[in-house]
Amino acid sequence: MTTTENTTTTTPAKRSIFRSEAAQKLLAFGALIVIFVFFSLASPFFLTKDNVIGILLATAVNGVLALGVTFVIITAGIDLSVGTVMTLAAMTTAVSIAVWHLPIPLGILVGLLTGMLAGAINGVVIARMKIPPFVATLGMMMIARGLALVIPAAIFGSVRPVYFSDSPLFGQIMMGSVIGALIPNLPVPNAVLILFGAALVAAFLLAKTVFGRYTVAIGSNEEATRLSGINVANWKTMVYAVGGLFSGLAGVMIASRLNSAQPGLGAGYELDAIAAVVIGGTSLSGGEGTILGTLIGAFIISTLTNGLRILGVPQEWQFVITGVIVILAVYLDILRRRAR
Amino acid sequence: MSDVLLVMEEIDKSFPGVRALDQARFELRAGEVHALIGENGAGKSTLMKVLAGVYSKDGGRIIYQGKEVDIPNPRVAQDLGISMIHQELNLMPHLTLAQNVFVGREPRQGVRFMLDEKQLNAQTQALFDSMRLRLDPRTRVANLTVATQQMVEIAKALSFNSKILIMDEPTAALTEAEIEELFRIIRELRAKGVGIVYISHRLEELKQISDRITVMRDGRYVGTEDAAAIPIERIISMMVGRTIYESAPEVPEHPSEEIVLEARNLNRGNVIRDVSFKLKKGEILGFAGLMGAGRTEVARAVFGADPLDSGEIYVHGKKANIKHPRDAVRYGIGYLSEDRKRYGLAVGLDVEANIVLAAFEKFLGKLGVVNSNKTRETGKYYVETLAIKTPSIQQRVKNLSGGNQQKVVIGKWLTADTDVLIFDEPTRGIDVGAKSEIYHLLNQLTQEGKSIIMISSELPEILRMSHRIMVMCEGRITGELTAAEATQERIMTYATQRRVLMAENGASGDPGVQEV
Repeated sequence: MTTTENTTTTTPAKRSIFRSEAAQKLLAFGALIVIFVFFSLASPFFLTKDNVIGILLATAVNGVLALGVTFVIITAGIDLSVGTVMTLAAMTTAVSIAVWHLPIPLGILVGLLTGMLAGAINGVVIARMKIPPFVATLGMMMIARGLALVIPAAIFGSVRPVYFSDSPLFGQIMMGSVIGALIPNLPVPNAVLILFGAALVAAFLLAKTVFGRYTVAIGSNEEATRLSGINVANWKTMVYAVGGLFSGLAGVMIASRLNSAQPGLGAGYELDAIAAVVIGGTSLSGGEGTILGTLIGAFIISTLTNGLRILGVPQEWQFVITGVIVILAVYLDILRRRAR
Repeated sequence: MSDVLLVMEEIDKSFPGVRALDQARFELRAGEVHALIGENGAGKSTLMKVLAGVYSKDGGRIIYQGKEVDIPNPRVAQDLGISMIHQELNLMPHLTLAQNVFVGREPRQGVRFMLDEKQLNAQTQALFDSMRLRLDPRTRVANLTVATQQMVEIAKALSFNSKILIMDEPTAALTEAEIEELFRIIRELRAKGVGIVYISHRLEELKQISDRITVMRDGRYVGTEDAAAIPIERIISMMVGRTIYESAPEVPEHPSEEIVLEARNLNRGNVIRDVSFKLKKGEILGFAGLMGAGRTEVARAVFGADPLDSGEIYVHGKKANIKHPRDAVRYGIGYLSEDRKRYGLAVGLDVEANIVLAAFEKFLGKLGVVNSNKTRETGKYYVETLAIKTPSIQQRVKNLSGGNQQKVVIGKWLTADTDVLIFDEPTRGIDVGAKSEIYHLLNQLTQEGKSIIMISSELPEILRMSHRIMVMCEGRITGELTAAEATQERIMTYATQRRVLMAENGASGDPGVQEV
């Protein structure tokens, strides 16, 4: 009987998951703290209210993109189109509001739907037509980039930015400060609230809903999920649509931040977003990842960029350093797994 | 007792190039354990996958509880009360036990898309309690042993209130004690009136657990017999279509005293602890032990696949520096993994390509171009000498049966001039007919002067094949037995050495300080 009990007791296993999960959260968060302390010591201008608010603001757009990509990567997929889909969403929002003079909320809705539609198309191409995610979203990346150029060309006869000159309120979405209105010496722009709000929604979706559960299940073992009677194709499509929705939100945000839609912008944003997700401990092989991790990952990237700029490191070197950090983060993760 | 629960008749199923099922049939009663057996490729799994909605049938009828049913997908099968536990475990390693058991049917809160985790865990706990499993529903599956995962799969199947439970080789990865636990649960289910289909290659086991046995061959139905009445020899002859006699333990003449491989004091974390052994020329050295005893880890370390913390390896008396599988191959050591599809073969390539894969340089001409005449000859040579059953050397390896895949791997290492072969579970998932062929082949190899390390969890296999047996437990060698001394009981005693010691010493603390 003793042997039987031995085979079915799970105590040692529990201990090891506790160790790994705790370690993962500590790792990224610890890195963020180390970076903060380092820059604070290196420069007196780093740890000031304005600069910290600047970092928060700079994280907003990339952070929201990264939130969407987190879901996709947890399914063991990838989305290369988030950057240019963001630009396309910014463009449709700008056209809705500045050209067609739709009310601002409706314009925002157009932007969100643009992102979601692009994501849903990704999903259908991947889940139904069985095109690998890398290829499918690479295609969408080019399509969205092209459309963002085609739209102003069709309307104005030339490729040019679309400005929100008649709608000054639109810029307030990002740069206004609800917090500042309540607490005058804490002028945190709304952009930061939007980021944290979106993160809360994302965390809720991932941890508490059927959608989140199947996202993880698909990434963990897609075939087993299918054999459990779950319609994997539908849920996968939904995951990419949700990823697109977050890109749409980022599009509205960047349009508001720049007070315009810039047709040439967006390429390269997807890589920053993926980097944030990976630094945050989400596994590219699927099945695991957290929203908190992604948020921390996004903050690590913008803190680095900010700190290096304050120290006068030229931008070209900032790229090099961020690249090294991405590789280091993943390597540390591999070491951690091996140690287990 | 004998209410017929299910009848499958004239089932046909073809895959591109293969007729997998040809007028197959099967009958299952409520409250019986019905074994379904046959050689690999006989169509057992395919027939059951048709029943479980994984494959759709090309023709035939399924009559379930007196009515003809159509089962287009797994969901419909589950709704009908038909669950299948697949050969490859189908759990999501990153999810918890409870999340796995109820995946697709999670209890929801008031709002429909929100999960009710508390309810989920409570339901799972109740389910485990009813099976008398002491498991925490909140444990992640990745942290469980294969045996425990198997139990979770069964729990999952039961949670559908299944009337039919199909198990595809449930004991392939289990130890004796774990198999007992599984049988206890199977007997309880049978008493509750569940019809159980049990696919396995272990014939001794089938006699123990099943009421009736149906044999299939080449996608066709051969016959159904009462398990108690039919002798094993008769089952085997039904499977292979001819009478072959289970030969008595065949340990050929004693090997020479020349040591070809020696490991001294190997250590790696707490998975390999102070392991030393010697392998003689022409010898089969068996490695026995329970799952997780560290046998595969030792093999991988010797082969250079995993790094060692300390220890030395000598090949032909000279110290060998093996840091990478490449080095091992250079020293003439080959490793044949238990997971052939993942580590042993490029399954998408053809037989010829796989056979020459590990020794590609040998086939390069002057300009670095592959000499395809030579590779073809070599491929043909091994297909003939190893009796690999394949339509041609151009056949893709993934279309071959398990036994023939294993032979391709052997051919590959022979091409690479390997003289030490490490076999990790050489007959896992291989049917009886092919098994005795593999055994024969191993003996033939040793007669040609090759030396073999054979890791196996099947004691009869270890006893039948080995000249000497090393027994491991928790990373240590706990015993060494000669073929003459070895019995199942002795091996099991050594394989559970730690517990015995702990009982003797009355120690309950750190098992790491126990010494043999």
